[in-house]
Amino acid sequence: MVKRALVVLVSLFLAGTACAAENGGSIQIKGSDTMVNLAQAWAEKYMEENPADFIAVTGGGSGTGLSSLISGSCDIAMSSRNIKEKEISLAKQRGVVPFEIKVALDGLAVVVSPLNPVDRLTVDQLAGIFTGRITNWKEVGGKDEKIVVLSREVNSGTHVYFKEHVLRGNNINSREEFTPNALMLSSSQAIADEIAVNPSAIGYYGMGYISDKQKAVAVADDEKAAYVEPNIENVISGKYPISRPLFFYTNGQPQGLTREFVDYALSKEGQDIVVKTDFVPVKK
Amino acid sequence: MRKLKEFIIDKLIFICGLASIFFVILIFLFLSKEALAVFKYVSPVDFLAGKRWYPISEPAQLGILPLIFGSLMVTLGAAIISIPIGIACAVYISEVAPSGIKEFLKAGIELLAAIPSVVLGFIGMVTLVPWVKRIFGLPTGLTALSGSIILAFMAMPTIVSIAEDALYSVPKNYKEGAFALGATHWQTIYRVLLPAASSGIVAAVMLGIGRVIGETMAVMMITGNAAVIPHSILVPVRTLTATIAAEMGEAVVGSEHYFALFAIGIVLFIISFIINVSADLFLHKRS
Repeated sequence: MVKRALVVLVSLFLAGTACAAENGGSIQIKGSDTMVNLAQAWAEKYMEENPADFIAVTGGGSGTGLSSLISGSCDIAMSSRNIKEKEISLAKQRGVVPFEIKVALDGLAVVVSPLNPVDRLTVDQLAGIFTGRITNWKEVGGKDEKIVVLSREVNSGTHVYFKEHVLRGNNINSREEFTPNALMLSSSQAIADEIAVNPSAIGYYGMGYISDKQKAVAVADDEKAAYVEPNIENVISGKYPISRPLFFYTNGQPQGLTREFVDYALSKEGQDIVVKTDFVPVKK
Repeated sequence: MRKLKEFIIDKLIFICGLASIFFVILIFLFLSKEALAVFKYVSPVDFLAGKRWYPISEPAQLGILPLIFGSLMVTLGAAIISIPIGIACAVYISEVAPSGIKEFLKAGIELLAAIPSVVLGFIGMVTLVPWVKRIFGLPTGLTALSGSIILAFMAMPTIVSIAEDALYSVPKNYKEGAFALGATHWQTIYRVLLPAASSGIVAAVMLGIGRVIGETMAVMMITGNAAVIPHSILVPVRTLTATIAAEMGEAVVGSEHYFALFAIGIVLFIISFIINVSADLFLHKRS
């Protein structure tokens, strides 16, 4: 929360000073909360090397970023999910052509309290827990306790990704939904905090938020497959089943400063920053 | 010249007087314009009585019954907690407390009113929520009860200060008359002062409830936001206000989700309108 507020403040400040710059340009980046820290790290390094340019980064959620791109109020939208058909057609109506660039990967960790004896689950069991078919920990080898399901709010790209890829198993005709009993929390940090104090809770978020107070469970595609821990090697190799690409969207092919910044993010140096902020690089 | 001045001032005050009504009508019209579009996608009955709220699915399921019940449950809980305590507090301050304590209490209550709701929500999240979980042995402390307790804190200053004003403005001779007839202090309060101040006290309660039902930030932080119809006060709920606040950022402008959020706004508007009108009717019946 505090971190996000700071990012917003810093970017507002930068946006304000940007007008004062004479030679350099300025760009606005907006979108996924998952990616705010990463984009901010890129922006800081980039501005160190190019003091004339200003890059403002704000969060708000993937949907927020994409709708700003469509309405023309940002240059790059960060998104932790693919753009929807509906958004593309809305963009075309306004003369915006979304151009997709994959900038990093993220492993989605499923987390429980360290006090919870369960430390491995299959994707099918996860789907059962989050849709409400499985409601007691003893059904998946834990204590006789009710499962408290935690989820992000619907404005989160993480929420949408988890629904489509875990609950619905990538099947576009599936109608599975989160159980209505799921607690909807407004940030990944709120989920991490609740997991830390609640031994019967289960939640999900980007790998970057795992600390000593949460335990990431190993996940397997099905019972016969190996259980895989969420870490950088397993996400790069594709062994970990719940990983997703993170995108930048621009209006058409990136031009000028936007292009330079995207190139920087994809450079060796940019991808090193990806590793430092606990995400997974697109190129090794 | 003087006449002209009088005329201008007269009309200016007239316009200011109408302004509030004018704004309410404008807000209502704007809300309606955006909200009515949702009924192209879902019938009013399915919207108000539907039990599933999945706004971003294809096709979207837009039933707000769980949200209405969530709001009502939290508000009812807060009312049950804050009304007796608030009125008792007002009676104590206006009738019983010695003047030193009286000033001290009044300052304290004003201070309580000044705490921003997000701070109360934060305090609730780190202290009250674990406490509710432990005492009732629940799977999670993010429940309607936690929300009700925090909202009771927010309604209390309104109830106390307005009810205290109402008690204070009861004519002195009522009290003196009661004493002269041999009534005890408690009998005087219970049989004379409270009935005499009842219209003001009802107004205090209604304003307190009005604040509770419109509160957003604190409930969003501590009620868990699960869109199910609550069967007790010890389960998570999702309120109308929290739904608008949490989802407005994502809703694609012009989608059924966007219109549905405006329609929720209308529902809230109508609920607070009913509360105000019933308070008014009650006051007029009394006088």
